[in-house]
Amino acid sequence: MKARVTVMLKAGVLDVQGEAVRHALGTLGFAGVTGVRQGKVIELDLAETDASAAEDAVKTMCEKLLANTVIESYRVEIL
Amino acid sequence: MKAAVVTFPGSNCDRDLALAFERAGFEVARVWHKDSALPAGTDVVGVPGGFSFGDYLRCGAIAAQSPIAAAVQAHAARGGYVLGICNGFQVLTEMRLLPGALMRNAGLKFACKTVELKVASTASAFTQAYGKNQSIRVPIAHHDGNYTIDADGLKQLQDEDRIALTYVQNPNGSAANIAGVLSQTPPVGGMVPHPERANDPILGGNDGAGLFAGLMGGMALA
Repeated sequence: MKARVTVMLKAGVLDVQGEAVRHALGTLGFAGVTGVRQGKVIELDLAETDASAAEDAVKTMCEKLLANTVIESYRVEIL
Repeated sequence: MKAAVVTFPGSNCDRDLALAFERAGFEVARVWHKDSALPAGTDVVGVPGGFSFGDYLRCGAIAAQSPIAAAVQAHAARGGYVLGICNGFQVLTEMRLLPGALMRNAGLKFACKTVELKVASTASAFTQAYGKNQSIRVPIAHHDGNYTIDADGLKQLQDEDRIALTYVQNPNGSAANIAGVLSQTPPVGGMVPHPERANDPILGGNDGAGLFAGLMGGMALA
């Protein structure tokens, strides 16, 4: 079973790297990009075969390590 | 008084930190990240700067889960002193021993220079050797020193006099110019600038030495 975790900065936390990317896109001539938020995707291979148990386990992993919940939010997809 | 300085893969300034503690009169032990216990009788733990575990995932995130981290948590829970510098500060926020988080510098550039700091609080052992609002010059060297905290958390830090050090000119976008903060309880301090690199006049100044002297004095009284 595979899981995909998407970690993003929380709304309201200034994403300085995303802002730099937005600026660079403007420089390249891509007008109308009004916002860029940069995050990360983490793919996990799991021995677990039960989707619900896998989701619970991955959420615990997010809370303990994969995301810093002070500044980041996360989304878990079981694939 | 006994100090323990932790070394992770990718730490730097750990030897400088050990020397700074020694010069202030501490007996210093060096601790490896795979150790699961601190030396008996450790009074203060120093978590040094650097790029622990290559800054993988997030700065300090992997180090905060290493075997020694549990011992540092237990030391703090007992009321033991912990000082985190630069990457060490990041590790302590990842361990939730200190509030907030350290994000990429607002200018996106690695900031490496000597800066002027203001001692905003002298209420703790960490800064008691300085005068209130005293200006000190200490080097910075970081890519992720942009201290971030929500409005409620910032107000709490201000109300409880837990902002120890601020930048006179903000080099990284840090909230409220914060360069160093204190925990509510037990005594844990974290700072982005490097006091251990300002510990000898022949290396450009010794304004950082007061931090270690203050810790020694404050802990001797405790």
